[in-house]
Amino acid sequence: MNASACRDLIFRLSDDELIIAHRHSEWTGLGPLLEEDIAFSSIAQDKLGHAQALYTILHEHFGEADPDTLAFMRAEPYMKCCHFVELPNGEYDFSLMRHFLFDAAEYVRWTALTQSSFEPLAKLAMKIRGELKYHLYHAQTWVKQLGAQGSEESHARMQTALREAWPYALGMFEASDHDAALVSDGVFIGEEQAHNDWLAFVRNTMDQATLILPEDAEPVYGGRKGYHTDHLQPLLTEMTEVYRIDPSAEW
Amino acid sequence: MARMISLDPRVMRMNIDADAAPELEPKSELDQFQTYEVFHQAKSGAHHVHVGVVHAPNAELALLMAKEQYGRRGQTVNMWVVNTRDIVAMETADADVFATTPEKTYRDVGAYMVRNKVEAYKKQQKEG
Repeated sequence: MNASACRDLIFRLSDDELIIAHRHSEWTGLGPLLEEDIAFSSIAQDKLGHAQALYTILHEHFGEADPDTLAFMRAEPYMKCCHFVELPNGEYDFSLMRHFLFDAAEYVRWTALTQSSFEPLAKLAMKIRGELKYHLYHAQTWVKQLGAQGSEESHARMQTALREAWPYALGMFEASDHDAALVSDGVFIGEEQAHNDWLAFVRNTMDQATLILPEDAEPVYGGRKGYHTDHLQPLLTEMTEVYRIDPSAEW
Repeated sequence: MARMISLDPRVMRMNIDADAAPELEPKSELDQFQTYEVFHQAKSGAHHVHVGVVHAPNAELALLMAKEQYGRRGQTVNMWVVNTRDIVAMETADADVFATTPEKTYRDVGAYMVRNKVEAYKKQQKEG
């Protein structure tokens, strides 16, 4: 197995989880209704748990630092997250649309990873598949509800959110130099295949939600290579504030 | 403009004008979603037990909400939601139909005559 390819894949997966977890958690206490606030916050916690599990694999199998150090002490250029997860939450329509497009990608990736030749990833994929199923069900139900069964305003808002999110959503599947090695090693299906599977799934849901997929969008790339939006550094600064004051603190 | 000061960075980022108090718009009564009663099953084969309510616009979303409200701790294998309007209940004023029930101790398990036989058997076992 190509170790550096596998390591790179896990950093991409884990950094996406960490940053989307933080963004989702920013809704805690501000959600549109109590029940949804709690559900969305739980999902944020799950995402953080996935990041922690992935950083633990990096620590135990690739000689990387411990999970807290990986999450809190890496400078921005070392982060491998895509631009999509970095974007501010905006209003709830955008957050829900991102939640759906991101979790549809997660579901595709992690379903494939249950078959990974790298056993720690395959085991983790089996463990969290139920959580991911709920995340996707949550997101999909809302998108269909607001798209097809809501009001004219909710439909228009979801359509606008989809249009704004789309170039960034496509950017989740930025090609990696390591893809060929990952595919030939049987570690992962690769970004192109993941994108195709995701697109078929998303198209189906959007049809049910009576929302139209944007046609001529240019994917926004760069995150996987360490180039990020202006939104990431303020997020990292805020997220790591307490940790940087005292890395040994327990709370 | 005096900026609203908060320990919450999310509030600080919103740059809220502390001087300009927003007009409070009174909400109309009953403008919330309808409610669904939630029933939780801890183990396969166990009874579904009523655990509370969720607000939701329809049954599908009620189930979605119930999962996190009542299923995020401990063990769960299944959940039901039932629209509160579909619950058929007695009138509170009719509680008097139960008024004399506590007196009918002959219906309590403890009042069964077999109790004496069980006690006698236990005693016999101890002595024997």
